[in-house]
Amino acid sequence: MMRRLSFLLAFLMLVMLEQAWPANAENSAKKLAEHPAECRVAENLIEANFALQQVNRAITAKHLNILVLGAGSSLLPGANGSKDAYPARLQHALSEKLAGVEVKVTTDVKAKRSAAEMVKTLPQALSIAKPALVVWQTGTVDAMQAIDPDQFSQALDRGINIARSAGADVVFINPQYSPRTESMIALGTYAENMRWVALQQEVPLFDRFGIMKLWADMGTFDFYSATKKLDMAEHVHDCIGRLLGDLVIAAAKLSEPHTEGGR
Amino acid sequence: MKEKPFKAPVATERDLRLDLFRGLALWLIFLDHIPSNAVSWITIRNYGFSDATEIFVFISGYTAAFVYGRAMQVNGFLVSAARVLKRAWQIYIAHVFLFTIYLAEISYVAHSFDNPLFTEEMGVLDFMKNPDVTILQALLLKFKPVNMDILPLYIVLLVWFAPILWLLQRSPSLALVFSAGLYTLMWLFDWNFESYPSGTWAFNPYAWQLLFVFGAWCALGGAQRLALWINSPIVIGLAFTYLLFAFSIAMTWYLPRLGVFVPKFVSDAIYPIDKTNLDVLRILHFLSLAVITVWLVPSHWPALKSRFFWPAIVCGQHSLGIFCLGVFLSFAGHFVFTEFSNRVITHVIVSISGIGIMVAAAVLISWYRIIERQGPGPRPPTTKKGYAGGDV
Repeated sequence: MMRRLSFLLAFLMLVMLEQAWPANAENSAKKLAEHPAECRVAENLIEANFALQQVNRAITAKHLNILVLGAGSSLLPGANGSKDAYPARLQHALSEKLAGVEVKVTTDVKAKRSAAEMVKTLPQALSIAKPALVVWQTGTVDAMQAIDPDQFSQALDRGINIARSAGADVVFINPQYSPRTESMIALGTYAENMRWVALQQEVPLFDRFGIMKLWADMGTFDFYSATKKLDMAEHVHDCIGRLLGDLVIAAAKLSEPHTEGGR
Repeated sequence: MKEKPFKAPVATERDLRLDLFRGLALWLIFLDHIPSNAVSWITIRNYGFSDATEIFVFISGYTAAFVYGRAMQVNGFLVSAARVLKRAWQIYIAHVFLFTIYLAEISYVAHSFDNPLFTEEMGVLDFMKNPDVTILQALLLKFKPVNMDILPLYIVLLVWFAPILWLLQRSPSLALVFSAGLYTLMWLFDWNFESYPSGTWAFNPYAWQLLFVFGAWCALGGAQRLALWINSPIVIGLAFTYLLFAFSIAMTWYLPRLGVFVPKFVSDAIYPIDKTNLDVLRILHFLSLAVITVWLVPSHWPALKSRFFWPAIVCGQHSLGIFCLGVFLSFAGHFVFTEFSNRVITHVIVSISGIGIMVAAAVLISWYRIIERQGPGPRPPTTKKGYAGGDV
C-alpha cells in the first residue's frame, strides 16, 4: 500500500512539474520562425533508400514537375491554406535548393479520400500535371474507415504502377502523428503495410509519423495544444515541405552513379 | 476461468505455466494498448511476428477445454453448453461496459480538442453525430473501437465452442482438421465478419479460431501426443532458427538501413504479415515460442510457486476481469499522457502502476472467490440495515 501511495505522490509531483511545459513548446515554435533549420532535428529520419531516376532526369533537364496526391492532412484551412500547406512549401524549398531548375508542384488533394479513391482519379491528374514525381500522402483515411488492409496494399500497388507507367517516380508520405486521436485511429497495420509496399516496390517513404513523433518527444512542437490558430500547423507544414525536399534531392542523387535503367 | 469444483475432482493438474503466461500476456496487451507507450518496446511484438494476442487466445482455448471439457463429461452436453454460453454472455456484458467508458473518453476529446493540423484525424469523431446508430452497432459487435477487438472475438469463439468441444472429445483429430479447413477456406474465399461503418473485423474469427481450437486440442491430450515431437532436438533447433529469423526481420522495421540485407525474394515472400487473418508466419512464430518455452520451463519447475512469478500467475487466473481492467487502464493511461504529461518517466510510472493495479485487482477477485466458496456460513440472526454486502 505504501508503495502505491508513494507512486501516486511521485506522479502528482510530475504533473505539477509539467505545467511549465506548454510555454516552452510555444517558445521553441516562435524560434522556429526565425531559424527554420530547427525543424531539422528530425533530419536523420530522412532515409533516401531508393533512387528517383525520373526526378534526376528532370533536374538535369532543368524542369521538375511534381504532383502531390493526398487527403486532408495535405491541406491547411484558411485563406492562405494552399500557400502554407506542405506542397507549396515543398515547391519553395526545392526552388531554393535547385538553382536554375524550374520546379512546379501541383496538387490533387481532397479530404477524406482513401487510397483506392485517390487511385481512381490518378490517371486524370497525371495526364494534366505530367509529373516526374508523385508524392503520395495516404493511410489515415483508410485506417479511420477500417478498410481491409489487403485492399489498402493493393490500392498502393495499383497507384505505383499507374504513376510509373506514366513516367513518374513515387514517394510515400505516411500518416501524421496525432496523439489525441491515437486511441481512436488504429494506424499500425496501415503504416506497416505502407512500409512493406514501399520496400517491395522500391519507393522512398517519407516517415511523417516518425518525424512528428520525434518533434513531440523533443518538445519542438506541442501537438496536444487545443487551438484554432494556425501558427503551429504552418510551421509543421513548412518543416515537412523542407524535409521532403531534402528526401527528393537525396533520392534523385542516388541514381547518378548508374544512370542506365529506370522504370 | 475456474469453475466451482462440481464432483470435486480436485484440479491438481492445473498447469501453472498457463496462468503464468496468460498473466504475462495480459500485462503485455495492456502495455501495447497504450498508444505510443515508451515502455511497450519491451513487449514481444517488437521482436518477431506474433504478439501477446496469440498467447492469450491459445491459452484461453486450452483452459476453456480444460474446464468445460470436464464439465461436459460429468454433466453432459446440454449443461456444459449452457455454461459456455453463460460465459460468452458475461464477456459480452464486459465488452459493453468497456464501450461505455470508451464513449465517455471520446466525447471528452470531441468537445475539448481542436487543432487545424489534425482536421482530418478529428473526422474519426463523426460517428458521434448519430449516437443511436453507433450504439446499436456496438451492441451488435459491428462497431468496435480501436483495441476493443479481442473480447468480441472471444465471444464468437465461445459461442461456437460447445459443438467443437463435443467433437474434440469424440475425435480430436477430426476437430482439428475441421478447424484447419475453416482457416483454409477463410483464406481462399476471404471470409470475415462485417464491421460498421465499413470494413471487417480486425481479428477475423474464422482465422483465429484455429489457435483457440488448437489450444483446446492440446488440453484434451494433444499436448501429450506432441510431447515426443516438442522435445526432439531437431524441432527445438528449428524453432530457435525461426525465432532468430523473425528477430532479424523485425530489426529491419526499426533500423530501415538494415533492410538492404533482406533479399528481395524473402521480403516478397513474407510481406505483408497479416494480423487480421492470423498469418501462417505468425502461427509459426507462436509455435516456436511455445516449443522453446515448454523446453525452458518444465511444468513442475519449483520457481512457478515462488513469490517472483506469483503476481503474473494470479492475474492469469482471473483473465476476463483482468483483461477488461487492462483495457480500461490503457484508456486511462493514454488520458494521462494527453492531459498531464507525456514524458518517458510518466510512461514508466503509468505502466508499472497499471500492472500493480491489475495484480491488486486479481488478488481481490481471488479473495472474493474464497469467501464465496466458504458459502453463507453461520449467519447472524438478523441482518443489520445498511450492511447488505458492504461489510468488507
